[in-house]
Amino acid sequence: MLEITDLHASVGDKPILKGLTLSIPAGEVHAIMGPNGAGKSTLANVLGGKPGYEVTGGSVTFRGQDLLALEPHERAAAGLFLGFQYPVEIPGVSNVQFLREALNAQRKARGEEPLSGGEFLKRAKDKAALLRMDMEMLKRQVNVGFSGGEKKRAEMVQMGILDPAFAVLDETDSGLDIDALRVVGAGINAIMRAPEKAVLLITHYQRLLDVVKPDRVSILAGGRIVETGGPELALRLEAEGYDAVMA
Amino acid sequence: MAEAATLTLPTRRDEAWRYADMDALARLGVAALDQWKEITLAPGETRRHAMAVGSAAPELHRIRLDIGEGARAELFVTNAGGDYTRVEVEVRLAKGAHFEFGGVTIGGAGVTREFVTQVVHAEAQATSNQTVRAVHWAGATGNFLGEIKVARHAQKTDAAQDFKGLLLEAGASANAVPQLEIFADDVKCAHGATVGELDEAARFYMMARGLDPATAQRLLVQAFIGDAFVALEDEAERETLLDAALAALEGAKL
Repeated sequence: MLEITDLHASVGDKPILKGLTLSIPAGEVHAIMGPNGAGKSTLANVLGGKPGYEVTGGSVTFRGQDLLALEPHERAAAGLFLGFQYPVEIPGVSNVQFLREALNAQRKARGEEPLSGGEFLKRAKDKAALLRMDMEMLKRQVNVGFSGGEKKRAEMVQMGILDPAFAVLDETDSGLDIDALRVVGAGINAIMRAPEKAVLLITHYQRLLDVVKPDRVSILAGGRIVETGGPELALRLEAEGYDAVMA
Repeated sequence: MAEAATLTLPTRRDEAWRYADMDALARLGVAALDQWKEITLAPGETRRHAMAVGSAAPELHRIRLDIGEGARAELFVTNAGGDYTRVEVEVRLAKGAHFEFGGVTIGGAGVTREFVTQVVHAEAQATSNQTVRAVHWAGATGNFLGEIKVARHAQKTDAAQDFKGLLLEAGASANAVPQLEIFADDVKCAHGATVGELDEAARFYMMARGLDPATAQRLLVQAFIGDAFVALEDEAERETLLDAALAALEGAKL
């Protein structure tokens, strides 16, 4: 589903990704772990198309398309969802308006009919309930006044409503207490665990992987994937640390 | 504002005209300066007016409001002129009266659009609240010159002015000139002015969720200018003013 080949990317003049190769087939949850500064967030931002991240080499193919040739909104319409490490506050715009416009923009780009207000609200209610989020919060301004944990749950509600084929989740577990972590993890499973979907899960910690059990785990260090294995690799990292495992 | 028997065009040395488009004013002609719309509110009366101004030609709208004791006047304006467009409001507040003003200047094409207000708190306990938003691009200018005068006996005056400018590209400008003249001692007068650019982080966040650049910009601008019309309770009127403003956004720099 997602093929990353020899990807090089810089922020400013600083090379961060230095020949990253990774393939994620449909049906797979792939966890990426790695020390600070390894390039994990850069990978997420490059996949999302964030301005300021310059691809200097390599390719990314998503469902047969050249992902890097697409604008951020075209990537979303193609089925890519980027879960933000730091979700952005948008004063004056309600979640409901934002998500309905976003969903219908995606549907329009795919040649689908827009969802009516009633259909949209029903879907929003279902997904809010899944993430145990009060529907009243969705009527409020996007992320404004939300706690760190609420922002992350709101990201997952957004993911549920937009129903992407592929999710890149950048440290979705940061800022979550243990109960919220379970809710978010269960949400990821419910929304994204399907044979035709896949997830790239960026995390520092094993605890999210106890809930969202990855099929494969890769270690990102120095801008490239240095090792890929099964779920046991994450457990070894947790027990021994990056230095020992990568030595 | 001084008025001579024979009207002459003002110059930019006149404080209230310092950012005006004098060429456009000359095209408009001196007679336009004499056309004040005078409105008097009886004690206790409430009146609201919402209007979208602007056309392909210069426009000057001059309004005088005499607001009686305990009366309330609300004025909301979208100024999206295709040429120099100036809305001037002179207000006199009697005891306990209120003046509410919400204004938006929006547009490009190198045009100047402006609001000039003079609010006189002539008696005690009157309140006024003015919220102006300016969104400009393509060398255009948005101005808010807001004068507040508090008379000697106008104790317990509460006057507020809030201006925010949003510039979509370099070369556009926004000017805020608050002017306070306070002769009473027990008053509250607040004013604030900021000018900034579109929030790029918010724009990327919206695009990452599937909104194209124009839609993301429209939503952000809508949220930005919405402050000016929050106090406008009639939803249909609010929609009309917002729509007029957002229609002007079509073709703006992304």
